[in-house]
Amino acid sequence: MHVPDGFLDVPTSVATGVVAVAGVGLALRGARRELDDRTAPLAGLVALFVFAAQMLNFPIGAGTSGHLLGGALAAVLVGPWTATLAITVVLLVQGTLMADGGLTALGTNISLMALVGVWVGWGVFTLARRLLPKQLSSVPLAAAVGAFVSVPVTAGTFALLFAVGGAVDIPLGTLVGAMVGVHLLIGIGEAIITALAVSAIIATRPDLVYGAKPLVTARTLTIREEQTA
Amino acid sequence: MTGSTDTTERTDPAPTPRRRVSTRALVLTGILVSLVLAGIVSFYASSSPDGLESVAEKQGFATTAGQHATDESPFAGYGVAGIENARLSGGLAGVIGVLVVAAVAFLLFRLLARRKSQD
Repeated sequence: MHVPDGFLDVPTSVATGVVAVAGVGLALRGARRELDDRTAPLAGLVALFVFAAQMLNFPIGAGTSGHLLGGALAAVLVGPWTATLAITVVLLVQGTLMADGGLTALGTNISLMALVGVWVGWGVFTLARRLLPKQLSSVPLAAAVGAFVSVPVTAGTFALLFAVGGAVDIPLGTLVGAMVGVHLLIGIGEAIITALAVSAIIATRPDLVYGAKPLVTARTLTIREEQTA
Repeated sequence: MTGSTDTTERTDPAPTPRRRVSTRALVLTGILVSLVLAGIVSFYASSSPDGLESVAEKQGFATTAGQHATDESPFAGYGVAGIENARLSGGLAGVIGVLVVAAVAFLLFRLLARRKSQD
């Protein structure tokens, strides 16, 4: 979903640039509360994994493909502030080195994928986690729900931006419908990849997973009790 | 969290009966998997337009995309300039991309984690 140069006019791109700078600035503070010496390596891994996974476009039919956005995945594994930074690093490298996503659209892409994608994914994840049984196996499932919802919402946000400052006039309803429709399908792929990746970490090191913290603490206490008895 | 300034990274709250995978092993495995995905599997990825490109084509605004400012980058478009073999060119660009993201991200998050433990 990398927006190239030219899709959005200069005022809109400047506005999303301001939003992106503010968001990343807040994330630099917020991530310090989420990160410690134990989890920092996982945060680095999440960033490079998202970069690699974004190269793997999967077909969704009708000559169209999609790829992982990774916002929900990153937020569940390392926390939403850290995820904002991880996705931003990916977008910076893609925009400069790989010419993927315009440079004047960098603010737009950070706003869409590192802010909307991450925070919608995280918000829906926490809701789903609350509704699902209080066990570790709920975490990948809740992550999948967050991932699924985050993709069409991010796509719909682009449509709104395009209605404000798009290069051509397209009725808002038409564009929202087209963007959300296609990205509901891509969201299924996002949900599957997210569930698999989160499951892999939950199976090996649940203690490192930010989104599993409430559940891991509860479990650790039970184990301790058994051992002292 | 006393003693967290220790050189060891292990702060096991309670040793579990099952042997735990070390953070180092987990991260190294993840890097290896990612390198394989970006360096080899990416060749088999769909080359169809992605969701946004496809919508832009159908709604008639795909042509408004400008020339990319870094199209002259040696890795523009996930290929290495000058390498004809698509498999090699794309795979190498993917591997280099993963390594660059890794270098920036590991440094950034390490610094942020460090600064916190000084508070």
